[in-house]
Amino acid sequence: MTEQEALFTYLLRLGDDLLILSHRLGEWCGHGPVLEEDIALANRALDHIGEARNIYDHAVKVEGKGRTEDDLAYLRNERQFVNTLLAERPNGDYAHTIVRSFLFDAYHLPLAEALTKSSDEQIAAIAAKAVKEAQYHLKHSSDWLIRFGDGTEESHRRAQQALDEHWTYTGDLFVQDEVHQAMVKASIAPDLNTIKASFDATVDRVMAEATLKRPADGYMMSGGRQGKHSEHLGFLLAEMQYLQRAYPGAQW
Amino acid sequence: MLTQDHILALLQNVKDPEVPVISVLELGVVRHVYVEPDGKAVVTITPTYTGCPAMDVMAADIKKELLDHGVPAVEVKQSLAPAWTTDWITEPGKAKLRAYGIAPPEKTGDIRALKGELPVVPCPQCGSTNTVMLSVFGSTACKALWKCNDCLEPFDQFKCL
Ligand SMILES: [Zn+2]
Repeated sequence: MTEQEALFTYLLRLGDDLLILSHRLGEWCGHGPVLEEDIALANRALDHIGEARNIYDHAVKVEGKGRTEDDLAYLRNERQFVNTLLAERPNGDYAHTIVRSFLFDAYHLPLAEALTKSSDEQIAAIAAKAVKEAQYHLKHSSDWLIRFGDGTEESHRRAQQALDEHWTYTGDLFVQDEVHQAMVKASIAPDLNTIKASFDATVDRVMAEATLKRPADGYMMSGGRQGKHSEHLGFLLAEMQYLQRAYPGAQW
Repeated sequence: MLTQDHILALLQNVKDPEVPVISVLELGVVRHVYVEPDGKAVVTITPTYTGCPAMDVMAADIKKELLDHGVPAVEVKQSLAPAWTTDWITEPGKAKLRAYGIAPPEKTGDIRALKGELPVVPCPQCGSTNTVMLSVFGSTACKALWKCNDCLEPFDQFKCL
């Protein structure tokens, strides 16, 4: 594996997390529990998709094979997606959706902060924009999680259940394999242990305020970075890629 | 041949498609304007939010405005760094936002503003400070939704970024 190949894979990981999560958030469009939240999720999805586009655009240039951002989004199969398993988790009820975003935001914000110092100038520039947006994302998901946890018995129960169910998928965020180590060595990506420390601090702070219990770090699911996904991703891609698969080359 | 000043004057006519009272210059998204020896204008813009759907419209509107006014060729480039900040919205731009009913952003020097934790955002309709945030994400990614407890009107606030 050359450094160029590792960088391409790393960019796919960054981009795929955002694209897949943005698609999940987009699934709420028109179904939000209240109008403000419907709009909030659509806006968050737009932020994620915007960042994903910038990353894919950089990735295809690094790859240098003439592919486009759309090729990466619409013409790859399940096993070629390297998003973290958390991103593809189904929406469930609103507590599940908020907890999924909260766990991702608690990881994404410190990651974006660290990537502003990346030796790859384009990654640093994309991250500098993402950091500002990620602060709003984390505030949005934290506020709701605190409201659920410290709310009624029912909302507390659902928030805790969502947390317990999603928790096993958080380990996948911090897997440091050969690709990641190559990125750390090249000062392109941060050591994920530092991101984990920040993630833990955010989780503990918000759990305390939300009166929720942080699940134990037991068995953790992994495999997303290697293209080994849950059964949910295939269905998501079938919907997301339908138009481009049915009408190859279609453009707006 | 049109000079850089001519181009800038024309760009003042190009409005933000989502807030059609403020120009792309006042919004601070135009970072660089250059006229090549053959008369081609090169305009560099930077996105407000990474996923902002208005950026493509702004680029198209800039092209159209310049081409319609005799610029022989136009190229609109996008740059990401340095990242756009609401501090680049000009003072006349902020006044126009307020008159349009949108509370303009505070300076990002106020860390609470940057974190979306501003204690007081005055109502752009009646000036009351008895206001409350309803949602950190308003009608577009760049705005939060607030409500005035005195005149009871909801209003958008341009978030600090
Ligand atoms: Zn008022």
